[in-house]
Amino acid sequence: MIDQASRIAYLEKIQPGKIIIWTLLFLGGVVMITPLAFMISTSFKTGTEVFNLGIIPENPTLKNYIFILNESKFLRWMLNSLWVATFSTVSVVFFDSLVGYTLAKFTFRGQTIVFVAILSTLMIPTEMLIIPWYMMSREFGWIDTYWGIAFPGLMTGFGTFLMRQFFMGLPDELIEAARIDGWSEFAIWSKIAMPLVVPALSALAIFHFLGNWTAFIWPLIVTNDPDLYTIPVGLASFNGEFETDWEIVMTASCLATLPTLLVFLLLQKFIIRGVMLAGLKG
Amino acid sequence: MAEVLLENINKNFGKIKAVDDFCLHVMDKEFIVFVGPSGCGKSTTLRMIAGLEEISSGNISIDQHIVNNTHPKNRDIAMVFQNYALYPHLSVRENISFGIRAQKLPKNEITSRTMEAAKILGLDELLDRRPGELSGGQKQRVAMGRAIVRKPKVFLFDEPLSNLDAKLRHKMRVEMKKLHQQVQTTTIYVTHDQVEAMTLADRIVIMKDGKIEQVGSPDEVYHKPNSQFVASFIGSPAMNFFSGTLEVLDNMHFLRCDGGETIDLVDWPDLIGSKLTMGIRPEHMELKTEKSSKAVTTVLDAKVAVLEPMGHEVIVTCDSNIGEVIGKYTDNTKLKVGQTIHFEFKKENIHFFDENSGKRVS
Ligand SMILES: Nc1ncnc2c1ncn2[C@@H]1O[C@H](COP(=O)(O)OP(=O)(O)OP(=O)(O)O)[C@@H](O)[C@H]1O
Ligand SMILES: [Mg+2]
Repeated sequence: MIDQASRIAYLEKIQPGKIIIWTLLFLGGVVMITPLAFMISTSFKTGTEVFNLGIIPENPTLKNYIFILNESKFLRWMLNSLWVATFSTVSVVFFDSLVGYTLAKFTFRGQTIVFVAILSTLMIPTEMLIIPWYMMSREFGWIDTYWGIAFPGLMTGFGTFLMRQFFMGLPDELIEAARIDGWSEFAIWSKIAMPLVVPALSALAIFHFLGNWTAFIWPLIVTNDPDLYTIPVGLASFNGEFETDWEIVMTASCLATLPTLLVFLLLQKFIIRGVMLAGLKG
Repeated sequence: MAEVLLENINKNFGKIKAVDDFCLHVMDKEFIVFVGPSGCGKSTTLRMIAGLEEISSGNISIDQHIVNNTHPKNRDIAMVFQNYALYPHLSVRENISFGIRAQKLPKNEITSRTMEAAKILGLDELLDRRPGELSGGQKQRVAMGRAIVRKPKVFLFDEPLSNLDAKLRHKMRVEMKKLHQQVQTTTIYVTHDQVEAMTLADRIVIMKDGKIEQVGSPDEVYHKPNSQFVASFIGSPAMNFFSGTLEVLDNMHFLRCDGGETIDLVDWPDLIGSKLTMGIRPEHMELKTEKSSKAVTTVLDAKVAVLEPMGHEVIVTCDSNIGEVIGKYTDNTKLKVGQTIHFEFKKENIHFFDENSGKRVS
């Protein structure tokens, strides 16, 4: 009897609203995780087993990994991606915050025009810029160079705007005090302003790094030499014209997500703070 | 150690005239206080001396050099801001030494000067803390430490105590005065608190609408206010004012107030017939429950309306036939609301101001 009573009490505590929310969240989780699970499981399958939809491989194998690491340029692409993403992230952190700071803390003639011009670049989709970028790269001989892959991401309108907003929140007195103390404007920026916007900076850096890591269209267009492929371009190159070795593509994808995963695990705290700060969806 | 000379300083923000023809000669080692209501241009003047704000016209000299276009860092001044402007990411030690590190001094010099400043301000124990871990008073001291470590020619303070509670404010005020006696650096101090101004200043500059109303020692501005504005600004509770016309009848002088009521005065022959505002400070009126028989200069009869006991004294707000009067008394006699009392005051404590211009006429 006691058992019956406690069961009723337990059931009464369950609210229908909660059940609906948890169900939806669970379904959402399943939808997000399933492709990932298939990706990982396929990477351990043999070619004949690929279209068998079982999540546990029947004959788990590391053959695909060995093949990719030995027979393809995968490691090279990884380094290419790492180099391009790091280089452009460092550049964005430097230039976006420098310009953002200038727009936030100085008054000069034409300030509004500069700001509006930078803002307006946010409204132009990448796809529209690809043709001018390509023409520019061809003229300057940037095709098949790291510079060619990286240059469109060396400064971003969004990053500049974001940093400007954060620098606006810095009290002027801090800057004025340092100015009276005799520091140069550059030293004030680097010693006072920059350390105080680290959360915003790290958010910007993380998003920019991941964005470049997964960038596909532009690196595909500007590179012909497989030695210069970035990861996403390299992955796509596994897709054959007539048939595709899916187990290889999936294995490469698994390897490609590792660094991103690593970034997330290491910088989780910053990312969550950054997402909240920037008011963005991750 | 230096003089600061301000000659005909003007500052316009677009159409707003924030500072209007400001002239002042600050002596070496002097402690000058700018005081005035909000928006009267105190901060703007200070920021122009610091070089943080350009002057629209005029000349600023520090130590005999015109510094109109000199960069703040080359003016050899130190400034303390209202909200302290401590660098949140640096320790107290780094905050204090930040200014002298810019000057590329030798390392041991930086250390010894930082320690010296910390000792003067009692910050030795806190050197490794961040500003976020300090109380308001401690933050305030770090801000002062940052200024004195530079050994500048001039200190500029912009309402440095206004974020502190009353008790701490008094304590820091005393420390401030001690510090000035110790280092003797020329100091310009901005506040809107007249008590701070009176207690700290060698000379007070009272400002209104961007203009100087009066410059003088605390004694002068208290006893001989140049204008009704100064008279009402300095002193607490504020001076009582009654406006009317000075008249004479049968050799008796009296002020006929705007409502027709009169108050008897003794000889002010040169003011007869003029429209005036008479001022008398609460602490200069003697409160009597019985009319004294001896001839005093002036007696004002009034009825007690509100009593505000402060412990050592009581502030009394009364109604009289010429308007509301505020007085003070320290007597132990118990007053009751509604009771009739008599304020007696002497001729030398009465101030007369022109009713239109507000300027002192007596
Ligand atoms: N950057 C600015 N742009 C436009 N007007 C300004 C600026 N700074 C100050 N003012 C105006 O100048 C006048 C004087 O301002 P200021 O800050 O010097 O006043 P204050 O005496 O320091 O007042 P408070 O006691 O409130 O600090 C005010 O009317 C203010 O609105
Ligand atoms: Mg101010």
